[in-house]
Amino acid sequence: MFKRIIILSISLIILGGISLFIGVSDITPLDIFQADSDKLHIFFISRVPRLMAILCTGMGLSIAGVIMQSIMSNNFVSPSTASTMDWAKFGVLIAILFFPGATLKTKMIISTLFAFFGSMLFVQLLSLIKLKDPIFTPLIGIMLGNVVSSVTTYIAYKYDLIQNISSWLQGNFAMVLQGRYELLYIGVLMLIIVVLFATKFTIVSIGEDFSKNLGVNYKLTVTIGIIIASIITSVVVVTIGSIPFIGMIVPNIIRIIRGDNLKNNIWEIALVGGLFVLVCDIFSRIIIYPFEIPISVTAGIIGSIIFLYILLRGNKHVKKTA
Amino acid sequence: MIELLNINKKYDDKDVLKNINLSLPKGKIISLIGANGAGKSTLLSIISRLTTSEGEIIIDDKNIDNYHITELSKKISILRQSNYLNIKLTVRELISFGRYPHSKSRLNEKDNKIIDESISYMNLDYLKNKYIDELSGGEKQRALIAMILAQDSDYIFLDEPLNNLDMKHSVSIMKLLRKIVKEKSKTVILVVHDINFASCYSDYIVALKNTGVLYAGDAEKIITKEKLKNIFDMDFEIEDIDGNKICIYYT
Ligand SMILES: Nc1ncnc2c1ncn2[C@@H]1O[C@H](COP(=O)(O)OP(=O)(O)O)[C@@H](O)[C@H]1O
Ligand SMILES: [Mg+2]
Repeated sequence: MFKRIIILSISLIILGGISLFIGVSDITPLDIFQADSDKLHIFFISRVPRLMAILCTGMGLSIAGVIMQSIMSNNFVSPSTASTMDWAKFGVLIAILFFPGATLKTKMIISTLFAFFGSMLFVQLLSLIKLKDPIFTPLIGIMLGNVVSSVTTYIAYKYDLIQNISSWLQGNFAMVLQGRYELLYIGVLMLIIVVLFATKFTIVSIGEDFSKNLGVNYKLTVTIGIIIASIITSVVVVTIGSIPFIGMIVPNIIRIIRGDNLKNNIWEIALVGGLFVLVCDIFSRIIIYPFEIPISVTAGIIGSIIFLYILLRGNKHVKKTA
Repeated sequence: MIELLNINKKYDDKDVLKNINLSLPKGKIISLIGANGAGKSTLLSIISRLTTSEGEIIIDDKNIDNYHITELSKKISILRQSNYLNIKLTVRELISFGRYPHSKSRLNEKDNKIIDESISYMNLDYLKNKYIDELSGGEKQRALIAMILAQDSDYIFLDEPLNNLDMKHSVSIMKLLRKIVKEKSKTVILVVHDINFASCYSDYIVALKNTGVLYAGDAEKIITKEKLKNIFDMDFEIEDIDGNKICIYYT
């Protein structure tokens, strides 16, 4: 386990280093060394924040994904496939509508509330309709998400806010600047909480009766899990915008290799989450250089390919054991 | 001792258990018998608070509602009749969850000793690093029983623990249950379908029929032709083999 974590950390450092020196204005490691003041300025105002934002986003969404998968006992749910992200965006719109000039923090709080209630609604919905095939759960989540999203767009058109919210529809790291991304560090705090309660979440993922037998308060743990996922999602939506797939594919890749015990796999999920977004971001920046593709597009394409692979692989596995 | 006072349970207006008053003595193996649908599983889930019901449950002179959830999970543990385990955990990881009520996730030396002991009790040493989703039904069942043993509660409820198990493992589990009841003064309450396991291994038998307790008493008093006929509505022959009462019912 430690060997893998070390390899992942080294990859992160190398790719992180590369990421710091890609961009429209040429900055080389030498400039930093020579303390060229203009370049240092750009470096610390824009490049470093961008890298930190990328890492926190990837890590955060992956953690949010694996927590949602645990508490809903379903491998396919995540902020973007259980409507959480759409509720968060709806919350941002409400914040803009009712509190014009709201600070980032206010938006985040309102967005978190919507994400939380929306996700709770989704969980209640799931317990009412007992689905036979686990793949239907994310389909319902995506449907619900689309409904919420449509309402958001409709209201935004109506109040002429479409310009305003479009930045939340498509995630983008190009806007990250010092002073505008620090909320993302809340994701690190959430990671610590998840690490502390990892075993509890794994027990809850096995089921309600199983949890009760072991003295684990099932409903409370589910609620805490949804709060954690909602906070992370809203923070990302408010600062970066929505990014699909990460919360679903990263945990699934790791679990295929490492098993479902959160205590063993949580660090790798966090690291690979950061790495995945970092790679997507580097692609976004070099493919049509000097222009940039929004991260949500890159992550969407790479993510859906990996998702299909996981699905097909899963089916093969089922056939083999049947 | 566990005391049940006026337990009533309905599912959609249908009585499943009606007016159950029952004392389960401590330090014994207690078998719960009765036809399919008699309410055995329901009764076990009620006593272990997985299902709600009317009435009162007193465990060691304290009402079950007054136990903290962690305290209760050290007092009683339950293995349900069917367990859906769709998760990639190793056998040892699953069994170590049995220690959660005692040490949460920070397992100490004593926890690890108990876990290893449970693994060898259930003969799982050769499987302990395998993922549970790769096990056979019987192997999975043994892993779950090992987890319950690691939980080390005073009262152990097992709903058809011999499900999926071959004869050799069934016998060795029954012997093991005898042993822990004797040596660690545990109380084991289990649902068994093979009447001869109930007859040979239990001290006390509770028979359910038509939403109520038909008989409750020492095993040798319940295993009689007349009573078995009343419980199961069929004829039995009973023979004494080496001091065990063996029930014959194939013809
Ligand atoms: N969740 C449930 N909903 C409705 N009826 C149930 C439920 N669980 C059990 N029952 C009914 O309660 C009765 C007792 O079931 P159960 O306790 O499982 O019996 P046993 O374990 O003795 O075979 C049966 O008639 C069964 O159909
Ligand atoms: Mg039953």
